[in-house]
Amino acid sequence: MKLYGKYFAMHLKSLMEYKTSFFLTCIGQFLVSFNVFLGMYFMLRRFSTVQGFTYNEVLLCFGITLMEFSLAESVARGFDTFDSMIRQGEFDRVLVRPRNEILQVLGSRIEFSRIGRILQAVVMFVYGFSVSKVHWTFGKILAVVLMLIGGTVIFTGIFLVYAALCFFTIEGLEFINIFTDGAREYGKYPVSIYGKRMLQLCTFVIPYALIQYYPLLYLLDRGKPYYPLLPLAACLFFLPCFLLWKLGVKHYTSAGS
Amino acid sequence: MITLEHVCKTYQVSKRDAGFSSALKALFHREYEYIHALDDVSFTIQDGEMVGYIGPNGAGKSSTIKILSGILTPERGVCLINGLVPWKNRIEHVRNIGVVFGQRSQLWWDVPIADSFELLKEIYRIDDSLYRRNLEELCAMLQLSDLLKTPARQLSLGQRMRCEIAASLLHSPSLLFLDEPTIGLDAVSKLAVRDFILKLNQEKKTTVILTTHDMQDIEALTSRIILIGKGSILLDGNIEDIRQDYPSTEEALAAFYRSHDL
Repeated sequence: MKLYGKYFAMHLKSLMEYKTSFFLTCIGQFLVSFNVFLGMYFMLRRFSTVQGFTYNEVLLCFGITLMEFSLAESVARGFDTFDSMIRQGEFDRVLVRPRNEILQVLGSRIEFSRIGRILQAVVMFVYGFSVSKVHWTFGKILAVVLMLIGGTVIFTGIFLVYAALCFFTIEGLEFINIFTDGAREYGKYPVSIYGKRMLQLCTFVIPYALIQYYPLLYLLDRGKPYYPLLPLAACLFFLPCFLLWKLGVKHYTSAGS
Repeated sequence: MITLEHVCKTYQVSKRDAGFSSALKALFHREYEYIHALDDVSFTIQDGEMVGYIGPNGAGKSSTIKILSGILTPERGVCLINGLVPWKNRIEHVRNIGVVFGQRSQLWWDVPIADSFELLKEIYRIDDSLYRRNLEELCAMLQLSDLLKTPARQLSLGQRMRCEIAASLLHSPSLLFLDEPTIGLDAVSKLAVRDFILKLNQEKKTTVILTTHDMQDIEALTSRIILIGKGSILLDGNIEDIRQDYPSTEEALAAFYRSHDL
């Protein structure tokens, strides 16, 4: 953990060298998500509800998903750009150091500019909360915290799968974006609106629903009392991702030089 | 001590002809070629030795270094370094080695060198007193004192290489791999680097394994060379063994390569 802090400080120092670039990227990130926000606003002004969810509730949902995704992206950016690390042989360097590989890869990239998007997510979230008249209880606060943790873990897991696949092939891995960027976009709405099949898939295979749909129901006083704990179950998803990564490291063949 | 016995490493390389139609064909049916990067390689290196590991491009030098440093796992063969198998006891093993890749930097591009060093201190868990002592010593030997506050991107190649070498030695490893440490350096920097490596080997008794294409490096530094070609060891001995009557080592080596059809 102390080492990660050190990496964090290093990235911050590097960042100071390019302040303008950093601020522009942040603003860009903010505006892109803001655009999506506007899109939803106009659509729901027309239709007012989506399968029983009001505009404000959808906002809440999107705010949380976006926050989870952005957090994961800031932390796990090293996995997201892992193909270039393999291509340039930088992973060799990781292997000749007496520390855990995952920690080093995580430390290799920390994306501060995602703060723009996180900010946008927080704004949406807070707005969604204040207008959808949710009454705070201890259970609900717990639900939100666990949602954020579980969501970050799941998205990090998917990034880890991407990185693990880089050990086998570097080409054609764009399809993974369906599960990351795609999930972020689809995650705007509660998973249930995509149908029952999709909900099952997102409950048992890639447990998006456990970090989004079910706890959300709880927040809106429509769920069962154990729903806030479901994000913890979602964290199990990380295990197979981790095993795949381990397999990948074994398979590593380095790049010529 | 380093022992390598009958080590083999094969790469699978996908192959296709140029052009769109063959690219399309490769989509459905891929042809692979197997390249024997290392074919039954064996040698022993004692503690405190300095060995030049030479051979033409693609001979298997880097593969050997990568196996020795725990990056790659060979298919067959035994490799023991101070009683450890590099790819099995990776973390324990790499605590004791330093690696300099001449073509790749381990310094952070945008932050002062001193910060990069501090990070390494954390990575290797070097304790304060040892770190301070090593840093002082390395600064004196490599003349780094003025460079520590400069970001890596503003250093010249020679300055950066000196910092790279220092970075690999902060944790006082007993074994140092240098993969083309003098590549692209000017005469002054080359001499400085050579001087340092020699001193390190003599004073600290650090085992050094050096790959290079620069024969002057070899002449200046090592008495023992291991020559590899097409994945097999062709010569393990003295530079004089191939020098014979040729006017320079360079030419002797070229003739040697040619005679072995490398």
